[in-house]
Amino acid sequence: MNAIHANRPPGAFERAEIAAGIDIVGLTKRYLTPKHETFTAIRDVTLRVEPGEFCAIVGPTGCGKSTTLAQVSGLERPSAGSVSVHDQIVDGITEGVSYMFQADALFPWKTVLGNVLIGPVLLGTPKKEATLLARDWLRRVGLAGFEDRYPHQLSGGMRKRVAMAAALINNPRILLMDEPFGALDVQTKAIMQNELLQLWEELRPSVLFITHDLDEAVALADKVVIMTSSPGTIKDVFHIDLPRPRGDVQKIRHEERFLELQGQIWESLKDEVTRAYKQSAGAAA
Amino acid sequence: MQEQAQVQASELKVSARRAMNRRTTWVWAGRAILAVIVIGGWQWFTTAGWVDKFFFGQPSEIWNSLVDLFTKGTAFGTIWENLWVTMQEAIYGFALGTLVGVVLGILLGSNKYLSEVVGPYIRIVNSIPRIVLGSIFIVAFGLGVFPKVLLAAVLVFFVVFFNAFQGVREVDQNLVGNVRVLGASPLQVAIHVTIPSAMTWIIASLHTAFGFAIIGALVAEVLGAQQGIGLIISQAQGTFDPNTVFACMVIIAVITLGAEYLIALLERTLLKWRPPNRSEAQTI
Repeated sequence: MNAIHANRPPGAFERAEIAAGIDIVGLTKRYLTPKHETFTAIRDVTLRVEPGEFCAIVGPTGCGKSTTLAQVSGLERPSAGSVSVHDQIVDGITEGVSYMFQADALFPWKTVLGNVLIGPVLLGTPKKEATLLARDWLRRVGLAGFEDRYPHQLSGGMRKRVAMAAALINNPRILLMDEPFGALDVQTKAIMQNELLQLWEELRPSVLFITHDLDEAVALADKVVIMTSSPGTIKDVFHIDLPRPRGDVQKIRHEERFLELQGQIWESLKDEVTRAYKQSAGAAA
Repeated sequence: MQEQAQVQASELKVSARRAMNRRTTWVWAGRAILAVIVIGGWQWFTTAGWVDKFFFGQPSEIWNSLVDLFTKGTAFGTIWENLWVTMQEAIYGFALGTLVGVVLGILLGSNKYLSEVVGPYIRIVNSIPRIVLGSIFIVAFGLGVFPKVLLAAVLVFFVVFFNAFQGVREVDQNLVGNVRVLGASPLQVAIHVTIPSAMTWIIASLHTAFGFAIIGALVAEVLGAQQGIGLIISQAQGTFDPNTVFACMVIIAVITLGAEYLIALLERTLLKWRPPNRSEAQTI
């Protein structure tokens, strides 16, 4: 892994060398609550993400979408079942993975450049090379000239760009995104979606993308997975046959096929959302 | 048109600056008046005899003792020698307490097992009135500098320790997850995430901690010493001389303010990444 990244000259962006497929088989995760009860977050999730595929996961709040991502990244261990990446069972941190969270997980004490630089530095790239690479990535996300700013000096959209550059700089085989654009306003969100699509087309990592936003899921993904309310399991899988490259996400929203797919998916999701709402309302009452 | 706008802008700037200057003047005037009222009132009340200056001192007499301390020295050498001894104790104590506090705080904060094992003991020791430890240190280590350093360090330790511990606990778990996914070793997680993140808390504690270092050194000196400001204070207490006690207080206050200023400088350089108005509350 290191060898692949270390000696790549900045500016040379091949596609992810071995875009890895993800095989999730019978994945179950139980947590022990503080009251010593077991809580099943996800149950028997089985899902395959092809190498280089963009897969969106949609589901009601608290259905275990984030839990699924944590198992894929190797940050957590499954209670039952398994995750394989590139035909290897995940045991410990998965190599070649990048994470993007809803809250921008930037280092507030590092400059923009320092934030992007951290990926290659952790892989053992010499500081000089890493700096060149980071500068190049900042240029690609449109932040040239902002290298020395601190995150608190940037707008929400700019922070997302930094996070995106930081996530992509290592040329990950797998990109895990946990509602990355959830906190952005509508206009910024559309811009970021377009940029993500563009960068993804170039690098082609496999993507697992969690979102609440159906439009976002359909506009971006090759495959939309619907999860049931807690305990989460896979309910439906929809293949999005909109042609690539998708172009402007704002325009694609008005296409007939888009609306058709979106309608189908909403039908499937609706029941789950209602059920989840009733559950939480029942718990509150 | 453009010229007109420029003229207007520069006029605006001038008037804004004038308003700010006026404000600064008023603030300083208020401060001066407050000082005159308090010190002048004290002087007046003691001169008039409403308050007994034998017990409560008098500003003019305090000034005289201050001058005496610096010109004539004390029974235990010049004031500079004594001040140097106290400062040494406070600074060594501060350094020792901070070092141990930061290391243990970060260690226990990032290791749940360790913190569960050691936690109750730290809470027990923390509940002891730590000044009492001063007596034990003096009995054990004599009248030299070392027991004072130790007491100052103990006082500093707990302040810094709890802040470092809390700081580590408050680390953004997303950040930790992020660097771990990128392949960071536990040491790299500490260097890149845990320590810088806890630094905000640790630095905030240093302001209080230096005050505690001075208290530790002084109290230990009062309990028993051969030199130091604390000894001068306890000597003055023995001879019913409140003016010298107050004079020593003035000296210590000046030193502490100076140290505070240095810590604020350190804070500004180490935490320059923070949004500016966060520390507004600390201006007081």
